[in-house]
Amino acid sequence: MSTELLNPLLERPLALHPQVALRPEPFGALAYHYGNRRLVFLQHTDMVSVVQHLGEHPSLAATLEACGIDRRRWPSFAKAVESLMKSEIVVER
Amino acid sequence: MSQLKTGLDAPICLTWELTYACNLQCVHCLSSSGQRDTRELSTSEAKRVLDELRDLQVFYINIGGGEPMVRRDFFELVEYSVASGIGVKFSTNGAFIDTEKARRLASMDYLDIQISLDGVDAATNDLVRGAGSYDMARRAMDNLAAADFGPFKISVVVTRQNVPQLDEFKALADSYGAQLRVTRLRPSGRGVDSWDHLHPTNAQQREIYDWLMSNGENVLTGDSFFHLNALGDPLPGLNMCGAGRVVCLIDPVGDVYACPFVIHDQFKAGNVRDPGGFAEVWKRSDLFTSLREPQSAGACASCGSFDACQGGCMAAKFFTGLPLDGPDPECVGGDGEVALAQLAAVPVALKPRPMQDHTKPAHANRNGRLVVT
Repeated sequence: MSTELLNPLLERPLALHPQVALRPEPFGALAYHYGNRRLVFLQHTDMVSVVQHLGEHPSLAATLEACGIDRRRWPSFAKAVESLMKSEIVVER
Repeated sequence: MSQLKTGLDAPICLTWELTYACNLQCVHCLSSSGQRDTRELSTSEAKRVLDELRDLQVFYINIGGGEPMVRRDFFELVEYSVASGIGVKFSTNGAFIDTEKARRLASMDYLDIQISLDGVDAATNDLVRGAGSYDMARRAMDNLAAADFGPFKISVVVTRQNVPQLDEFKALADSYGAQLRVTRLRPSGRGVDSWDHLHPTNAQQREIYDWLMSNGENVLTGDSFFHLNALGDPLPGLNMCGAGRVVCLIDPVGDVYACPFVIHDQFKAGNVRDPGGFAEVWKRSDLFTSLREPQSAGACASCGSFDACQGGCMAAKFFTGLPLDGPDPECVGGDGEVALAQLAAVPVALKPRPMQDHTKPAHANRNGRLVVT
Protein backbone atom coordinates (compact mmCIF):
# COMPACT_ATOMS: atom_id res chain seq x y z
CA MET A 1 0.00 0.00 0.00
CA SER A 2 1.46 3.38 -0.97
CA THR A 3 1.90 5.78 1.91
CA GLU A 4 -0.15 8.59 0.35
CA LEU A 5 -3.27 6.43 0.62
CA LEU A 6 -2.77 6.08 4.34
CA ASN A 7 -4.91 8.07 6.70
CA PRO A 8 -2.89 11.10 7.89
CA LEU A 9 -4.24 10.43 11.39
CA LEU A 10 -1.75 7.55 11.61
CA GLU A 11 1.10 10.02 12.06
CA ARG A 12 -0.53 12.01 14.85
CA PRO A 13 0.24 11.76 18.57
CA LEU A 14 -3.04 10.78 20.28
CA ALA A 15 -4.31 9.88 23.73
CA LEU A 16 -7.38 8.78 25.56
CA HIS A 17 -9.18 11.84 26.95
CA PRO A 18 -8.28 12.18 30.65
CA GLN A 19 -11.98 12.21 31.60
CA VAL A 20 -12.69 8.89 29.86
CA ALA A 21 -13.06 5.62 31.77
CA LEU A 22 -12.91 2.20 30.14
CA ARG A 23 -14.85 -0.75 31.50
CA PRO A 24 -13.93 -4.20 30.17
CA GLU A 25 -16.81 -6.24 28.74
CA PRO A 26 -16.85 -9.67 27.06
CA PHE A 27 -17.05 -8.06 23.60
CA GLY A 28 -14.41 -5.37 24.20
CA ALA A 29 -15.10 -2.40 26.45
CA LEU A 30 -17.41 0.46 27.22
CA ALA A 31 -15.89 3.92 27.17
CA TYR A 32 -17.59 6.66 29.12
CA HIS A 33 -16.68 10.33 28.88
CA TYR A 34 -17.46 12.04 32.18
CA GLY A 35 -17.18 15.44 30.53
CA ASN A 36 -19.61 15.19 27.61
CA ARG A 37 -21.43 12.14 29.10
CA ARG A 38 -21.00 10.12 25.92
CA LEU A 39 -20.99 6.35 26.08
CA VAL A 40 -19.19 4.47 23.32
CA PHE A 41 -18.82 0.76 22.60
CA LEU A 42 -15.38 -0.51 21.71
CA GLN A 43 -16.34 -3.63 19.85
CA HIS A 44 -13.06 -5.51 19.80
CA THR A 45 -10.44 -6.28 22.42
CA ASP A 46 -7.70 -5.20 19.96
CA MET A 47 -9.35 -1.80 19.74
CA VAL A 48 -9.38 -1.60 23.52
CA SER A 49 -5.64 -2.22 23.83
CA VAL A 50 -4.86 0.30 21.06
CA VAL A 51 -6.93 2.99 22.76
CA GLN A 52 -5.35 2.23 26.14
CA HIS A 53 -1.80 2.56 24.82
CA LEU A 54 -2.20 5.57 22.52
CA GLY A 55 -0.64 7.93 25.03
CA GLU A 56 2.54 5.89 25.36
CA HIS A 57 3.61 6.08 21.72
CA PRO A 58 4.58 8.94 19.40
CA SER A 59 1.79 8.22 16.88
CA LEU A 60 -1.24 6.10 16.14
CA ALA A 61 0.89 4.06 13.71
CA ALA A 62 3.48 3.42 16.40
CA THR A 63 0.73 2.30 18.78
CA LEU A 64 -0.73 -0.09 16.19
CA GLU A 65 2.75 -1.47 15.59
CA ALA A 66 3.38 -1.90 19.32
CA CYS A 67 0.02 -3.63 19.80
CA GLY A 68 0.86 -6.07 17.02
CA ILE A 69 -2.00 -5.03 14.72
CA ASP A 70 -1.59 -6.37 11.18
CA ARG A 71 -0.92 -3.50 8.73
CA ARG A 72 -3.83 -4.60 6.55
CA ARG A 73 -6.14 -3.69 9.42
CA TRP A 74 -4.62 -0.22 9.96
CA PRO A 75 -7.07 1.67 7.71
CA SER A 76 -10.07 0.33 9.58
CA PHE A 77 -8.43 1.10 12.93
CA ALA A 78 -7.64 4.64 11.76
CA LYS A 79 -11.28 5.07 10.77
CA ALA A 80 -12.50 3.79 14.12
CA VAL A 81 -10.14 6.11 15.99
CA GLU A 82 -11.36 8.98 13.83
CA SER A 83 -14.92 8.36 14.99
CA LEU A 84 -13.73 8.17 18.61
CA MET A 85 -12.23 11.62 18.10
CA LYS A 86 -15.62 12.97 17.05
CA SER A 87 -17.01 12.03 20.46
CA GLU A 88 -13.75 13.25 22.10
CA ILE A 89 -13.06 9.83 23.59
CA VAL A 90 -9.68 10.10 21.86
CA VAL A 91 -7.93 13.46 21.51
CA GLU A 92 -4.72 14.83 20.01
CA ARG A 93 -1.89 15.37 22.40
CA MET B 1 -26.53 -4.57 19.12
CA SER B 2 -26.56 -8.31 19.66
CA GLN B 3 -23.96 -8.54 22.46
CA LEU B 4 -26.05 -6.23 24.61
CA LYS B 5 -28.93 -8.69 24.60
CA THR B 6 -26.82 -11.27 26.37
CA GLY B 7 -26.08 -8.80 29.13
CA LEU B 8 -23.14 -6.74 30.34
CA ASP B 9 -20.82 -7.29 33.32
CA ALA B 10 -22.55 -4.36 35.01
CA PRO B 11 -25.50 -2.19 34.07
CA ILE B 12 -24.97 0.88 31.88
CA CYS B 13 -28.05 2.57 33.12
CA LEU B 14 -28.98 1.90 36.69
CA THR B 15 -31.94 3.65 38.24
CA TRP B 16 -32.04 4.00 41.98
CA GLU B 17 -35.25 5.21 43.55
CA LEU B 18 -33.92 6.61 46.82
CA THR B 19 -37.28 6.94 48.55
CA TYR B 20 -40.98 6.30 48.07
CA ALA B 21 -41.66 9.55 49.92
CA CYS B 22 -42.95 12.33 47.71
CA ASN B 23 -44.61 15.69 48.13
CA LEU B 24 -46.61 15.03 44.95
CA GLN B 25 -48.94 12.20 43.92
CA CYS B 26 -48.72 12.19 40.13
CA VAL B 27 -51.44 10.04 38.61
CA HIS B 28 -48.95 8.21 36.39
CA CYS B 29 -46.23 7.67 39.04
CA LEU B 30 -44.36 4.53 38.02
CA SER B 31 -43.54 3.71 41.66
CA SER B 32 -46.89 4.66 43.26
CA SER B 33 -44.93 6.98 45.54
CA GLY B 34 -46.16 9.13 48.38
CA GLN B 35 -45.30 7.73 51.80
CA ARG B 36 -41.83 6.76 52.95
CA ASP B 37 -41.29 3.02 53.36
CA THR B 38 -39.94 2.26 56.84
CA ARG B 39 -37.64 -0.41 55.40
CA GLU B 40 -35.82 2.24 53.32
CA LEU B 41 -32.04 1.72 53.00
CA SER B 42 -30.10 3.63 55.65
CA THR B 43 -27.32 6.06 54.77
CA SER B 44 -24.62 3.49 55.49
CA GLU B 45 -26.43 0.78 53.53
CA ALA B 46 -26.81 3.16 50.60
CA LYS B 47 -23.09 3.97 50.76
CA ARG B 48 -22.27 0.25 50.72
CA VAL B 49 -24.30 -0.07 47.53
CA LEU B 50 -22.38 2.86 46.03
CA ASP B 51 -19.10 1.14 46.96
CA GLU B 52 -20.28 -1.91 45.05
CA LEU B 53 -21.30 0.14 42.03
CA ARG B 54 -17.88 1.83 42.07
CA ASP B 55 -16.18 -1.58 42.09
CA LEU B 56 -18.39 -2.68 39.17
CA GLN B 57 -17.38 0.52 37.35
CA VAL B 58 -20.92 1.74 36.89
CA PHE B 59 -20.29 5.11 35.22
CA TYR B 60 -23.40 6.89 36.44
CA ILE B 61 -26.66 6.29 38.22
CA ASN B 62 -30.10 7.74 37.67
CA ILE B 63 -31.53 8.76 41.01
CA GLY B 64 -35.26 9.09 41.36
CA GLY B 65 -38.07 8.29 43.74
CA GLY B 66 -40.41 9.42 45.06
CA GLU B 67 -38.80 12.79 45.40
CA PRO B 68 -35.14 12.05 46.13
CA MET B 69 -34.47 15.45 47.71
CA VAL B 70 -36.87 14.53 50.51
CA ARG B 71 -34.15 12.31 51.96
CA ARG B 72 -32.12 14.19 54.55
CA ASP B 73 -28.93 12.48 53.37
CA PHE B 74 -29.61 13.38 49.72
CA PHE B 75 -26.57 15.65 49.33
CA GLU B 76 -24.39 13.32 51.40
CA LEU B 77 -25.20 10.39 49.09
CA VAL B 78 -24.82 12.41 45.90
CA GLU B 79 -21.47 13.77 47.06
CA TYR B 80 -20.34 10.28 48.08
CA SER B 81 -21.33 8.91 44.69
CA VAL B 82 -19.56 11.59 42.69
CA ALA B 83 -16.45 11.28 44.88
CA SER B 84 -16.50 7.54 44.07
CA GLY B 85 -16.40 8.27 40.34
CA ILE B 86 -20.07 7.52 39.79
CA GLY B 87 -21.81 10.38 38.01
CA VAL B 88 -25.31 11.26 39.17
CA LYS B 89 -28.36 12.15 37.13
CA PHE B 90 -31.36 12.79 39.28
CA SER B 91 -35.02 13.37 38.63
CA THR B 92 -36.92 15.82 40.76
CA ASN B 93 -40.16 17.74 40.79
CA GLY B 94 -38.12 20.77 41.85
CA ALA B 95 -39.97 21.49 45.08
CA PHE B 96 -36.77 21.70 47.12
CA ILE B 97 -34.55 23.56 44.67
CA ASP B 98 -34.56 27.00 46.28
CA THR B 99 -31.88 29.59 45.54
CA GLU B 100 -29.46 28.15 48.09
CA LYS B 101 -29.85 24.52 46.96
CA ALA B 102 -29.56 25.61 43.34
CA ARG B 103 -26.19 27.20 44.11
CA ARG B 104 -25.05 24.06 45.92
CA LEU B 105 -26.12 21.85 43.01
CA ALA B 106 -24.41 24.18 40.53
CA SER B 107 -21.11 23.83 42.38
CA MET B 108 -20.97 20.04 41.87
CA ASP B 109 -19.30 18.13 39.05
CA TYR B 110 -20.76 15.11 37.27
CA LEU B 111 -24.25 16.00 38.32
CA ASP B 112 -27.18 16.22 35.91
CA ILE B 113 -30.66 17.30 36.93
CA GLN B 114 -33.96 16.42 35.30
CA ILE B 115 -36.94 18.52 36.27
CA SER B 116 -40.19 16.75 35.53
CA LEU B 117 -42.81 18.72 33.64
CA ASP B 118 -45.78 17.19 31.84
CA GLY B 119 -47.39 20.26 30.33
CA VAL B 120 -46.23 23.64 29.01
CA ASP B 121 -48.94 25.31 31.04
CA ALA B 122 -50.25 24.77 34.55
CA ALA B 123 -53.58 23.43 33.31
CA THR B 124 -52.05 20.57 31.32
CA ASN B 125 -49.28 19.80 33.79
CA ASP B 126 -51.21 20.01 37.04
CA LEU B 127 -53.94 17.68 35.78
CA VAL B 128 -51.35 14.90 35.92
CA ARG B 129 -48.83 16.11 38.51
CA GLY B 130 -51.12 17.91 40.94
CA ALA B 131 -52.09 21.47 41.81
CA GLY B 132 -49.15 23.87 42.09
CA SER B 133 -46.65 21.47 40.52
CA TYR B 134 -46.18 23.54 37.38
CA ASP B 135 -45.17 26.66 39.31
CA MET B 136 -42.94 24.50 41.51
CA ALA B 137 -41.05 23.13 38.52
CA ARG B 138 -40.70 26.51 36.82
CA ARG B 139 -39.39 28.08 40.04
CA ALA B 140 -36.73 25.35 40.27
CA MET B 141 -35.75 25.99 36.64
CA ASP B 142 -35.50 29.73 37.31
CA ASN B 143 -33.35 29.08 40.38
CA LEU B 144 -31.02 26.72 38.49
CA ALA B 145 -30.68 29.20 35.65
CA ALA B 146 -29.94 32.03 38.10
CA ALA B 147 -27.30 29.86 39.79
CA ASP B 148 -25.64 29.19 36.39
CA PHE B 149 -26.16 25.46 36.79
CA GLY B 150 -25.73 25.04 33.02
CA PRO B 151 -27.85 22.84 30.79
CA PHE B 152 -30.23 21.02 33.10
CA LYS B 153 -32.87 18.75 31.57
CA ILE B 154 -36.60 19.16 31.32
CA SER B 155 -38.15 15.71 31.45
CA VAL B 156 -41.55 15.16 29.88
CA VAL B 157 -43.72 12.06 29.94
CA VAL B 158 -45.57 12.19 26.62
CA THR B 159 -49.33 11.97 27.04
CA ARG B 160 -52.40 12.35 24.86
CA GLN B 161 -52.84 15.81 26.33
CA ASN B 162 -49.31 17.12 25.75
CA VAL B 163 -48.43 15.67 22.34
CA PRO B 164 -49.62 18.93 20.70
CA GLN B 165 -47.17 20.83 22.95
CA LEU B 166 -43.94 19.12 21.86
CA ASP B 167 -42.70 22.17 19.96
CA GLU B 168 -43.53 24.42 22.90
CA PHE B 169 -41.63 22.12 25.28
CA LYS B 170 -38.62 22.41 22.99
CA ALA B 171 -38.94 26.19 22.91
CA LEU B 172 -39.19 26.30 26.70
CA ALA B 173 -36.06 24.16 27.07
CA ASP B 174 -34.22 26.35 24.56
CA SER B 175 -35.23 29.47 26.46
CA TYR B 176 -33.38 28.11 29.52
CA GLY B 177 -30.47 26.70 27.53
CA ALA B 178 -31.78 23.38 28.86
CA GLN B 179 -32.01 20.01 27.18
CA LEU B 180 -35.39 18.45 26.48
CA ARG B 181 -35.99 14.83 27.40
CA VAL B 182 -39.23 13.12 26.41
CA THR B 183 -40.13 9.61 27.48
CA ARG B 184 -42.87 7.12 26.93
CA LEU B 185 -45.78 6.76 29.38
CA ARG B 186 -46.04 3.27 30.84
CA PRO B 187 -49.02 1.73 32.64
CA SER B 188 -46.82 1.18 35.71
CA GLY B 189 -47.47 2.10 39.34
CA ARG B 190 -50.44 4.45 39.54
CA GLY B 191 -50.21 4.58 35.76
CA VAL B 192 -52.03 1.25 35.70
CA ASP B 193 -55.22 3.19 36.43
CA SER B 194 -54.54 6.36 34.46
CA TRP B 195 -52.95 4.94 31.32
CA ASP B 196 -56.27 4.53 29.51
CA HIS B 197 -56.94 8.28 29.77
CA LEU B 198 -53.37 9.44 29.27
CA HIS B 199 -51.62 7.31 26.67
CA PRO B 200 -51.27 8.78 23.18
CA THR B 201 -53.73 7.70 20.53
CA ASN B 202 -52.55 5.62 17.61
CA ALA B 203 -52.74 8.68 15.34
CA GLN B 204 -50.54 10.56 17.81
CA GLN B 205 -47.90 7.82 17.69
CA ARG B 206 -47.12 8.86 14.12
CA GLU B 207 -46.97 12.49 15.23
CA ILE B 208 -44.50 11.60 18.02
CA TYR B 209 -42.37 9.53 15.66
CA ASP B 210 -42.19 12.28 13.03
CA TRP B 211 -41.39 14.87 15.68
CA LEU B 212 -38.61 12.73 17.18
CA MET B 213 -37.15 12.04 13.73
CA SER B 214 -37.05 15.72 12.85
CA ASN B 215 -35.51 16.68 16.19
CA GLY B 216 -32.90 13.91 16.09
CA GLU B 217 -30.27 13.77 18.79
CA ASN B 218 -31.15 17.23 20.12
CA VAL B 219 -33.89 15.62 22.17
CA LEU B 220 -33.19 12.84 24.67
CA THR B 221 -35.62 9.94 24.87
CA GLY B 222 -34.02 7.42 27.24
CA ASP B 223 -34.38 5.15 24.17
CA SER B 224 -37.97 4.61 25.28
CA PHE B 225 -39.81 4.96 21.95
CA PHE B 226 -38.35 2.03 20.04
CA HIS B 227 -41.84 0.57 19.55
CA LEU B 228 -42.34 3.43 17.05
CA ASN B 229 -39.53 2.17 14.81
CA ALA B 230 -42.04 0.06 12.89
CA LEU B 231 -43.12 3.38 11.30
CA GLY B 232 -39.88 3.85 9.35
CA ASP B 233 -36.19 4.48 9.90
CA PRO B 234 -34.97 3.73 13.41
CA LEU B 235 -34.87 6.50 16.00
CA PRO B 236 -31.47 7.36 17.51
CA GLY B 237 -30.50 5.08 20.41
CA LEU B 238 -30.06 1.45 21.39
CA ASN B 239 -33.54 0.45 20.20
CA MET B 240 -34.00 -2.60 22.35
CA CYS B 241 -35.47 -3.47 25.71
CA GLY B 242 -32.56 -3.31 28.13
CA ALA B 243 -34.36 -4.81 31.14
CA GLY B 244 -31.96 -6.97 33.14
CA ARG B 245 -29.43 -6.73 30.30
CA VAL B 246 -28.15 -3.16 30.39
CA VAL B 247 -30.71 -1.60 32.74
CA CYS B 248 -32.14 -2.32 36.16
CA LEU B 249 -33.78 -0.66 39.14
CA ILE B 250 -32.85 -0.58 42.80
CA ASP B 251 -35.92 0.48 44.77
CA PRO B 252 -35.85 2.37 48.10
CA VAL B 253 -35.84 -0.83 50.18
CA GLY B 254 -33.04 -2.38 48.11
CA ASP B 255 -35.12 -4.66 45.91
CA VAL B 256 -33.63 -5.07 42.44
CA TYR B 257 -36.06 -5.11 39.51
CA ALA B 258 -35.44 -5.64 35.80
CA CYS B 259 -36.36 -2.04 34.99
CA PRO B 260 -37.97 0.99 36.66
CA PHE B 261 -41.34 0.22 35.09
CA VAL B 262 -41.82 -3.28 36.46
CA ILE B 263 -42.06 -2.95 40.23
CA HIS B 264 -43.78 -6.31 40.62
CA ASP B 265 -42.65 -9.62 42.20
CA GLN B 266 -42.54 -11.27 38.79
CA PHE B 267 -39.65 -8.98 37.82
CA LYS B 268 -37.86 -8.83 41.16
CA ALA B 269 -34.40 -10.37 40.90
CA GLY B 270 -33.21 -10.01 44.51
CA ASN B 271 -32.21 -7.45 47.12
CA VAL B 272 -28.97 -5.54 47.68
CA ARG B 273 -29.11 -6.70 51.32
CA ASP B 274 -28.87 -10.37 50.19
CA PRO B 275 -25.52 -12.16 50.56
CA GLY B 276 -23.35 -11.17 47.60
CA GLY B 277 -25.09 -7.82 47.36
CA PHE B 278 -26.07 -6.12 44.13
CA ALA B 279 -23.33 -7.75 42.05
CA GLU B 280 -24.62 -11.23 42.81
CA VAL B 281 -28.14 -10.22 41.78
CA TRP B 282 -26.93 -8.59 38.57
CA LYS B 283 -24.62 -11.41 37.56
CA ARG B 284 -26.40 -14.53 38.73
CA SER B 285 -30.07 -14.05 39.53
CA ASP B 286 -32.41 -16.47 37.78
CA LEU B 287 -34.55 -13.64 36.44
CA PHE B 288 -31.71 -11.68 34.83
CA THR B 289 -30.17 -14.86 33.47
CA SER B 290 -33.44 -15.75 31.76
CA LEU B 291 -33.87 -12.21 30.35
CA ARG B 292 -30.45 -12.55 28.72
CA GLU B 293 -31.48 -15.65 26.81
CA PRO B 294 -32.98 -15.26 23.34
CA GLN B 295 -36.58 -14.08 23.70
CA SER B 296 -39.45 -15.51 21.71
CA ALA B 297 -41.19 -13.22 19.22
CA GLY B 298 -44.40 -15.19 19.84
CA ALA B 299 -47.42 -13.77 18.09
CA CYS B 300 -45.20 -11.08 16.50
CA ALA B 301 -42.91 -13.60 14.76
CA SER B 302 -44.74 -13.35 11.45
CA CYS B 303 -44.85 -9.54 11.46
CA GLY B 304 -42.41 -7.85 9.12
CA SER B 305 -41.78 -5.07 11.62
CA PHE B 306 -40.58 -7.21 14.51
CA ASP B 307 -36.90 -6.52 13.84
CA ALA B 308 -37.63 -2.81 14.02
CA CYS B 309 -39.86 -2.64 17.09
CA GLN B 310 -38.67 -5.77 18.96
CA GLY B 311 -42.22 -6.35 20.13
CA GLY B 312 -42.15 -3.18 22.20
CA CYS B 313 -42.07 -2.71 25.96
CA MET B 314 -42.31 -5.59 28.43
CA ALA B 315 -43.76 -3.38 31.18
CA ALA B 316 -46.43 -1.92 28.89
CA LYS B 317 -47.57 -5.41 27.92
CA PHE B 318 -47.44 -6.80 31.45
CA PHE B 319 -49.52 -4.13 33.16
CA THR B 320 -52.13 -4.01 30.42
CA GLY B 321 -52.55 -7.77 30.81
CA LEU B 322 -51.13 -8.66 27.39
CA PRO B 323 -48.82 -11.65 26.83
CA LEU B 324 -45.11 -10.72 26.94
CA ASP B 325 -44.45 -12.44 23.62
CA GLY B 326 -47.14 -10.57 21.71
CA PRO B 327 -47.69 -7.03 20.47
CA ASP B 328 -47.16 -3.93 22.60
CA PRO B 329 -50.47 -2.27 23.62
CA GLU B 330 -49.36 0.71 21.52
CA CYS B 331 -48.23 -1.39 18.54
CA VAL B 332 -48.26 1.06 15.64
CA GLY B 333 -49.64 -1.66 13.39
CA GLY B 334 -52.81 -1.64 15.49
CA ASP B 335 -52.33 -5.21 16.78
CA GLY B 336 -52.14 -3.95 20.37
CA GLU B 337 -55.53 -2.27 20.15
CA VAL B 338 -57.05 -5.48 18.87
CA ALA B 339 -55.44 -7.49 21.67
CA LEU B 340 -56.65 -4.96 24.26
CA ALA B 341 -60.18 -5.12 22.89
CA GLN B 342 -60.11 -8.90 23.22
CA LEU B 343 -58.91 -8.52 26.78
CA ALA B 344 -61.70 -6.10 27.68
CA ALA B 345 -63.95 -9.06 28.44
CA VAL B 346 -61.51 -10.28 31.11
CA PRO B 347 -62.33 -9.11 34.64
CA VAL B 348 -59.97 -6.34 35.79
CA ALA B 349 -59.06 -8.37 38.86
CA LEU B 350 -57.19 -10.87 36.71
CA LYS B 351 -54.83 -8.27 35.33
CA PRO B 352 -51.56 -7.85 37.21
CA ARG B 353 -51.58 -4.98 39.69
CA PRO B 354 -48.54 -3.19 41.12
CA MET B 355 -47.67 -5.15 44.26
CA GLN B 356 -47.10 -2.18 46.48
CA ASP B 357 -48.72 1.16 46.87
CA HIS B 358 -47.12 4.05 48.75
CA THR B 359 -49.90 6.47 47.87
CA LYS B 360 -50.83 8.67 50.80
CA PRO B 361 -54.09 7.30 52.26
CA ALA B 362 -56.15 10.47 52.24
CA HIS B 363 -55.36 11.46 48.71
CA ALA B 364 -58.12 12.29 46.30
CA ASN B 365 -56.34 10.45 43.52
CA ARG B 366 -56.45 7.19 45.43
CA ASN B 367 -58.13 5.45 42.52
CA GLY B 368 -55.84 6.99 39.98
CA ARG B 369 -58.68 9.09 38.55
CA LEU B 370 -57.84 12.40 37.00
CA VAL B 371 -58.87 15.16 39.29
CA VAL B 372 -60.17 18.09 37.27
CA THR B 373 -59.18 21.25 39.09
